[in-house]
Amino acid sequence: MAEGRLVVRGGTLVDETGERTGDLLLGDEGTILAAGEDLDVPAGATVLDAGGCIVAPGLVDLHTHLRQPGNEEAETVETGCRAAALGGYTAVVAMPNTDPPIDCAAVVREVLDLGATAACEVAVAGAITKGRRGEQLAPLGEMADLGVRLFTDDGAGVQDNRLMRRALEYASALGVTLAQHCEDEALAAGGHMHEGEWSSRLGIPGVPSDAEELMVLRDIALARRTGGRVHFLHLSTAGAIEAVRAAKAAGLTVTAEAAPHHFTLSHALVASYDPLYKVNPPLRTDDDITAVKAGLADGTIDAIATDHAPHPPEAKEAPFDQAPPGMLGLETALALALTELDLPVRDVLGLLSWRPARIAGLHRHGGPLTEGAPANVCVIDPAATWTVDPAALASRSRNTPYAGRTLTGRVRHTVLHGEAVVVDGEAQR
Amino acid sequence: MKHLLSIADLGTDGIEEVLHLTDSFVEVSARPIPKVPALRGKTVVSLFYEDSTRTRLSFETAAKRLSADTMTFTVGSSSVNKGESLRDTVETLRAMGADAFVVRHGSAGVPWQVAAWSAGASVVNGGDGWHEHPTQALLDCYTVRRARAERGLDPALAGLRVAIVGDVKHSRVARSNVLAFAALGAEVTLVAPPTLLPPDLTGWPVEVSHDLDTTLAKCDVVYLLRMQLERQHEALVPSLREYTARYGLTSGRARLLADDALVLHPGPMNRGVEIAGDVATHPNAVITQQVANGVAVRMAVLFLLLGAGGDLGG
Repeated sequence: MAEGRLVVRGGTLVDETGERTGDLLLGDEGTILAAGEDLDVPAGATVLDAGGCIVAPGLVDLHTHLRQPGNEEAETVETGCRAAALGGYTAVVAMPNTDPPIDCAAVVREVLDLGATAACEVAVAGAITKGRRGEQLAPLGEMADLGVRLFTDDGAGVQDNRLMRRALEYASALGVTLAQHCEDEALAAGGHMHEGEWSSRLGIPGVPSDAEELMVLRDIALARRTGGRVHFLHLSTAGAIEAVRAAKAAGLTVTAEAAPHHFTLSHALVASYDPLYKVNPPLRTDDDITAVKAGLADGTIDAIATDHAPHPPEAKEAPFDQAPPGMLGLETALALALTELDLPVRDVLGLLSWRPARIAGLHRHGGPLTEGAPANVCVIDPAATWTVDPAALASRSRNTPYAGRTLTGRVRHTVLHGEAVVVDGEAQR
Repeated sequence: MKHLLSIADLGTDGIEEVLHLTDSFVEVSARPIPKVPALRGKTVVSLFYEDSTRTRLSFETAAKRLSADTMTFTVGSSSVNKGESLRDTVETLRAMGADAFVVRHGSAGVPWQVAAWSAGASVVNGGDGWHEHPTQALLDCYTVRRARAERGLDPALAGLRVAIVGDVKHSRVARSNVLAFAALGAEVTLVAPPTLLPPDLTGWPVEVSHDLDTTLAKCDVVYLLRMQLERQHEALVPSLREYTARYGLTSGRARLLADDALVLHPGPMNRGVEIAGDVATHPNAVITQQVANGVAVRMAVLFLLLGAGGDLGG
């Protein structure tokens, strides 16, 4: 019989099945040996204090740029996963826009190998097209055989209508999901922020909302025709969310995510001209922020995903229109969701854990916290307040737009496959 | 005042102060030796990442007439081609003793970034992307006032009807002028095809017209913007020919103007496109006065930033 290695004691267990007070006994084979009140602590076991805390299944990020291989000055699998663990994540999906891109089995294997010793589990999203160039299908089957369940050309959307149709048809036989970065390049060309009141005033070329919405509508039409599964990455506009709401009401199996910056930050912040506020899709209007929150509340949007996009400081000191888009997210997403969303804690955890786990096909994550289930757990102090300090982040980069912001809710411990990888807010790997 | 980045930084009182001070520097410029020691020992750096000989020479002439030392940093003669970052360049020039940076850059917002890294030196926005060109707006306001006074008209801009015509969308001149004219109480109308207007004018103190003829007949000032030749390749106008037919100040259309209406243009002009050659030389076209006043306005701005409290001398 497995030895009890860790006891998570004195918290409130929250998972998809409900909430109850109780302890967890976690075994060294990576499973939950027991869940219940006042469990005995076996000799030699470590106790993780969860007093006053929420004990939840580990969080799952559908959208992480780990930057390796190729851009290790921004992030590595090791540093990105450390940041993830500190943020409560036990699994992240690594985006394929690396250099070389993750568009064949060899690169999938490389990233999976790098992730094997990291502080959270690394799943990989493969590219839909070779080189993410939008011209020819990448070997989806070869990557699916290695366990890849999500495919995306993220950073760009698949522009060609026929190619996207073929990709969906081909993917449907593999049982995998195509995740789209919805951006019509002809409409978005040259834009660096949301097109609207602020872009007009600031003299920065804009990206219209239509650039996102047209591709969402196209992919809904193609999903209906092909039966292929589509996941919409980082939805940011009211119109796109409304389109997904209607598609779901019509019975289509589409899913969607939104990033924390799209429910917390508006395009007015670009008035500082600080490229920290440059991101793709861009920060939008207050109405869009309201729509993202409503979409998260009513289930139209299935998951909160970080779009964690590290860039080294010098890249973000360029002129606004020359700086790369992207923001850090792994270490702030949970606290932002708890602080800014007017939702019950269990709903927030659903958006961050079990629902994205299902979309990614990560069956060892997302709970429930019951005997025999995988021991991937995070312990959250919901009352802890903290101020975001870029220098204190574990990411190799510093490009958070939340410096100085005080947030409520902090990860105390994270347990990956039965091993404590974060203890009292300190990374152990 | 530490920097001049946007007309919005000045407000109505600040604009009035600059225009008032400009009178003194117009007087200085008319002297046999047009030079005062106000900024002796100060160093003004022109940091120009975009070709603009006119604006750069205007600022440098202004600085020299105030006895400042000048340094010029332009793309092509600099280490920008070796990949030096904007921040490193600013910090290097500051270490050499720059007291003020006049910044021209093709990207909106760069003067704000330079101000963040300038370690106490002043920054003047000499034009940033499509965004702003505040000294152009100040010299335009000054030119209107002075030209009206010379014609025996009320020089105040309050209540004047100003039409800004052309490619507002891509124009830093238009953005600064809308703010400046409106701050001084003028009624501003933008005249352009919808493709050459900013996509969202929420909060802009302007009216919009697509009919130049009607607007011309009832304006006191018509301000023509430069029409860039490449706009016809971006599907923003079908052709320059059609643009001129609908939005150019042709000789025939100029007859619609009131006798005392003024014609301004920031230069350089595309004669025959946004303005007919004979309109540009009409007595009420004050385009060369704009250039002349530009030096005095920039003297006033540099003096306010670097020498306020100093002595104008003589």
